Amino acid sequence: MTAPQTLYDKLWHSHAVAELPTGETLLYIDRHLVHEVSSPQAFASLRAAGRRLRRPRTHLAVADHAVPTRQRGGDIADPLARAQVAELEENAAAFDVPYRALTGDGQGIVHVIGPESGFTLPGITLVCGDSHTTTHGAFGALAFGIGASECGTVMAAQCLKQRKARTMRVELVGTLPAHVTAKDVALAFIAKVGALGAQGHAVEYAGPAVEAMSMAARMTLCNMTIEAGGRIGLVAPDDTTFAYLRGRPMAPRGSRWDQAVAYWRTLRTDVGAGYDKQVTLDLAGIAPHVSWGTSPDEALPITATIPDPAAIADDSARRHAEKALAYMDLKPGTPLEQVAIQRVFIGSCTNGRIEDLRAAAEVVRGRTVAAGVQAIVVPGSTQTRQQAEAEGLDSIFTAAGFEWRHAGCSMCVAMNDDRLAPGERCASTSNRNFEGRQGPGGRTHLMSPAMAAAAGIAGHLIDVRKLLS
Amino acid sequence: MTIQPFTSLTGIAASLPEENIDTDVIYPARFLLITARDGLGNYAFHDRRFTADGQERPEFVLNRAPWRDAPILVAGANFGSGSSREQAVWALLGRGIRCVIAPSFGEIFHANCYRNGVLPVTLPAADVARLAALAEAGAELTIDLPGQIIAVEGMAPLSFAIAPDRKQALINGWDETAVLLNAHGKDIAVFETRHRAVQPWLFEEEARP
Repeated sequence: MTAPQTLYDKLWHSHAVAELPTGETLLYIDRHLVHEVSSPQAFASLRAAGRRLRRPRTHLAVADHAVPTRQRGGDIADPLARAQVAELEENAAAFDVPYRALTGDGQGIVHVIGPESGFTLPGITLVCGDSHTTTHGAFGALAFGIGASECGTVMAAQCLKQRKARTMRVELVGTLPAHVTAKDVALAFIAKVGALGAQGHAVEYAGPAVEAMSMAARMTLCNMTIEAGGRIGLVAPDDTTFAYLRGRPMAPRGSRWDQAVAYWRTLRTDVGAGYDKQVTLDLAGIAPHVSWGTSPDEALPITATIPDPAAIADDSARRHAEKALAYMDLKPGTPLEQVAIQRVFIGSCTNGRIEDLRAAAEVVRGRTVAAGVQAIVVPGSTQTRQQAEAEGLDSIFTAAGFEWRHAGCSMCVAMNDDRLAPGERCASTSNRNFEGRQGPGGRTHLMSPAMAAAAGIAGHLIDVRKLLS
Repeated sequence: MTIQPFTSLTGIAASLPEENIDTDVIYPARFLLITARDGLGNYAFHDRRFTADGQERPEFVLNRAPWRDAPILVAGANFGSGSSREQAVWALLGRGIRCVIAPSFGEIFHANCYRNGVLPVTLPAADVARLAALAEAGAELTIDLPGQIIAVEGMAPLSFAIAPDRKQALINGWDETAVLLNAHGKDIAVFETRHRAVQPWLFEEEARP
């Protein structure tokens, strides 16, 4: 009889290749998502060392970060982005890595196409040179972001040296009020524990409210875990997970499917297993949240006013808040709902899925974007875009004055031409509100898709419940 | 890729007494389009060093003599938080920065430092603050990695902790992949056989189109 284990323990032990004298573990990596930004140097290191990929077909390559979203097909205007995408395509061909063409139906943000394809599965280890790899933990996969050198190591050795994290259980109880979403829960959680609150921890989200969540909501939650400093977010796989995965192109089929589900059902934290930290969040009291500062933990309910740094006891938090308000050009005491915006961005690996677009469209339907606001919708994947078009969501957005774009990371990371001008303020469904994240001098307010849509209609931050009551 | 061995380092230190300097500040995302690893020094802290029209900001420490070429950074807590981009480390290396001292680091950035021959030193905030004050006065620091000591005139030597394997890799300039393949090639093969028996569906991707 073994001691009770957490989900994280089970995933960890089932991938331990060797225990190292340093206290680290050599961890086997089942799947690797490859994109154009963090892979060129990894492929270059393989070439330089004369190495090949150990299991080329456990990798999946796609261009997402730098790709333009205004059109698909034809040359990419930016010569650097064009070269980067071409390099990915060449590397994938040279090393026999499956590649999703930019103009094909399978293109999209790594963290959207992985789940969508059934590439992401419960019980696996999955890495990507991107910190939002936490997303895939929603399936009960041990998924984390790595650096470019590590991408090279995974390609050559199918392994990484890792130190086991401590564990944190986030228990979500109560029922989410109408029009309050997983994004609001994530922002409330990060505001509660701080941008470093989960550092060094693998976070498992559990409790009745998590069990009731859709896969899209679970992905949003796990995605944002890194913004609390945690490299790993987890939800135990259940019938919702299996229903989502069944029939996906890369998911197991036939008798293999049954065999896999039987195994996946064992991936639950045992009764009596201990965590290093526990946090409980009652969802019933959560209002839609927006960020006001330049760190994801600087977020408040939309009903609040801009905080006064003078009232913040902690020195470091006070200094950060002062600097953030100067950068954001906001005055203490101003109601958040009075903050005017010029741009809206709906998309990203956090909130670019079909459920997110549906929620935004529900707000937008029959309304018009406020004068002076430029609003864009960037689906997380080409398949999501096609699905939205089949449901008529694109017409709802374009009729209201939103631009309907092609899939990519777009204005979440501002590596293509979708970016804020200095001083512009954006209602954004992305994950980071760091200085300059959406373009130098740009000001980001993080929120849910419904809240971003509502801000676009009103021309200022607004409680979406006022538009939908 | 070649990693420059790190034994000891003596030089002045640039002080950046700010918390949560994230990887977007160290290496703005728009420069991620560059696929090279070398020659990124000019992009380090780009938007802090330059105005929107490309003028140097004279007040920023890395634009001021004598810190322009400082090989050491003394920074605030949570340095290198945010994205996994290794360019943040490569850009520091491109400026000749081989050591960053801070009360804490972003986790992925911290790991990326070791892989590229950069030494991240974690010290209590009070020690970092004292080092920062001396650095701002132009003091020279000596980082002795084998002895795990930071020496600077004006205060007692500070010792720092580092995992033995990371220390050894830094001192020898070892490439992690090579080390791993040499030491564990057989372990990996043995594991794969066992793993295939438990989750066979993870080994059938070769048959896919």
